[in-house]
Amino acid sequence: MHPVGQDAIGRIFREEYGRSLAALIGVLGDIDVAEDALQEAYALALDKWSAEGLPPNPGGWITTTARNRAIDRLRRQTRERHLLSEAALLTRDDDPPPRGGAVPDDRLRLIFTCCHPALAAETQVALTLRLLGGLSTEQVARCFLVTEPAMAQRLVRAKRKIKAARIPYRIPADHELPDRLPPVLAVLYLIYTTGQSDQGRRDLCGEAIRLARVLATLMPDEGEVAGLLALLLLIESRRAARTRPDGGLVLLSEQDRGRWDRGLIAEGHAIVRRCLARDRPGPYQLQAAINAVHADAPTAADTDWSQIATLYDHLYGLVPTPVVALNRAIAIAEVRGPIVGLALIDPLGAELDQYYPFHAARADLLRRLDRRGEASAAYRRAAALAPAGPERDFLQRQPAH
Amino acid sequence: MPHYMLSVHSVEGQVREPMTEQAMRRSHERLEAVEQEMKSSGMWVFSGRLHDADTATVVRAGGGRIVTTDGPFTESKDHLAGFYIVRADDLDAVLALAAQVTAAIDTPIEVRPFAATSGG
Repeated sequence: MHPVGQDAIGRIFREEYGRSLAALIGVLGDIDVAEDALQEAYALALDKWSAEGLPPNPGGWITTTARNRAIDRLRRQTRERHLLSEAALLTRDDDPPPRGGAVPDDRLRLIFTCCHPALAAETQVALTLRLLGGLSTEQVARCFLVTEPAMAQRLVRAKRKIKAARIPYRIPADHELPDRLPPVLAVLYLIYTTGQSDQGRRDLCGEAIRLARVLATLMPDEGEVAGLLALLLLIESRRAARTRPDGGLVLLSEQDRGRWDRGLIAEGHAIVRRCLARDRPGPYQLQAAINAVHADAPTAADTDWSQIATLYDHLYGLVPTPVVALNRAIAIAEVRGPIVGLALIDPLGAELDQYYPFHAARADLLRRLDRRGEASAAYRRAAALAPAGPERDFLQRQPAH
Repeated sequence: MPHYMLSVHSVEGQVREPMTEQAMRRSHERLEAVEQEMKSSGMWVFSGRLHDADTATVVRAGGGRIVTTDGPFTESKDHLAGFYIVRADDLDAVLALAAQVTAAIDTPIEVRPFAATSGG
C-alpha cells in the first residue's frame, strides 16, 4: 500500500460524507452524534491512511470506524445499556442495522428529512448541502451569501428542531409524496447548479445526478422526477464543451457540439420522450424538453427556436416568474429578432435589476443591434453582479469592444 | 412517547363570515370525527376550548408583593383559543391530525413539541 496525502484523504471524505452520514444517522439515531463520529473517523484516517495507505473500501472503513467509535463512546459515557437506546432520538424504520461492511444507502431517507416541509425552504437546501453534499458550513454560507456564524446558527437551529419535534427519518408514503417531493426536487436542482458554478465543487453535479437517478428508480410514475433527471443529464452532457482549457466559459451557440456527451443526451432524450408520451407536463419536464431541442440541433444555426419559444410559453403558464419571462424573451428574440426581444426584456428590469443574467441577455441583444455603448454598460453591470467564476470572467471579457 | 400541543389561536377584532347552520353542523361533525380518531388511536391526552382572552387575569410577583391585573399576559392581538394535547411517534403523525383539524374548522393550527410532561 502507498501512503496517501492529506488532500486525497480530505477529498475521499467529502465524496463519502453523505452516504456515511446517512448510514450513521440510521444506526445512531442522532444527527449531531453521527457528525461527531464522522469527524473522529476523519482524524483517525488522517493518521492511519497517510502512514499505511488506503483501505480496500475507504467508504466502508469510514462508516464502520465512525460507528464503532460512536458506540464505544456512548458505552464509556454510560455503563447502563438502556441509556444507549436513548440515543435513538430520531424515528426510524424497523430496518435491521447494517452488519459488517455492508452499508445501506440511506441518503434518500436523509434527503426527505432535510427537505421536510416543517423546515423553511432555505434551511432545507442548507441542510442538504451540509449533510448530504458534505460542504463545510463556510461553503454553505457562501452559497447563501450569509456569514459563517449566521449559517452555523441556522443549521444548529434546524437540527434542534428535527430532534425536538421528531421530524421522521424515513421515505414518505405514496400519498404523502405530492407534498413532499417538490422541495426535494428543488434542492437537488440547486445542488447541481451549485456544483456547476464552482469548479471546486464539481462533485456536487455528480451527486445531484446520482440522487436524481435513485429517486427516479424509486418513483417511476413521478413525471417530474424523471423530468429533473433528464434536465440534469442534458445540461451535464454539455459540460466538456462549456468551458475552455483555461476555465473560461463557452456560450451554447459557440460550443463544439462534437464534445457533447452523446450517451447522456441519448439517455436524456429517452426520458423526455417517455414524459411526452405520459403527457402530464411539469416545470422540470418542460425545461428538459427545451434542453432536448438544443441537443437535437447539429449546429447552433439549426436550433428550432420556435419550438423552444412554445415550450417557454407552456412553462410561463405553469411558473409565471420574471426569470422564466426572461428566458422566454431570449427565445423569442431568436425567432423574431433582437428588437422584439429587447422590448420584452426591458420591462423585466424592475424585478430583475439584481439578476446578472438579465443584464447579460440585454447586453447581448444591444450588441446585436450595434448599440455598443449601451451593450458595454450592460456587460459591466452583469459582471459586477455575477459571482466569481467562469460566468463573471466571460462577462468581464466583453466590454472591450 | 413524545407529546405535542396542537393549538388554535383567535385574532382580536377579526370578523369571520357567519357560518350557515348547515356549514356549522358539518364542521362540528368533522371535528368530532377527528377527535374520535385521536381517542381510538390512543393519541388523545387532553383538550379544551378557552373563554375569550378578556376573561384572563395576570398575577405577578414584583417588589416583594403580588400584583394582580386584569387582561391577558401578551399585548398581541393573537390569543390561545383552544388546544389538543396528543402523543405520537413522530411529527408526521401529528401533522396529519392537524391537517384534519384545520380542514374541519378552517383556522390555522400550530403544532409544537413538549420539552417535558408530567402527570397522566
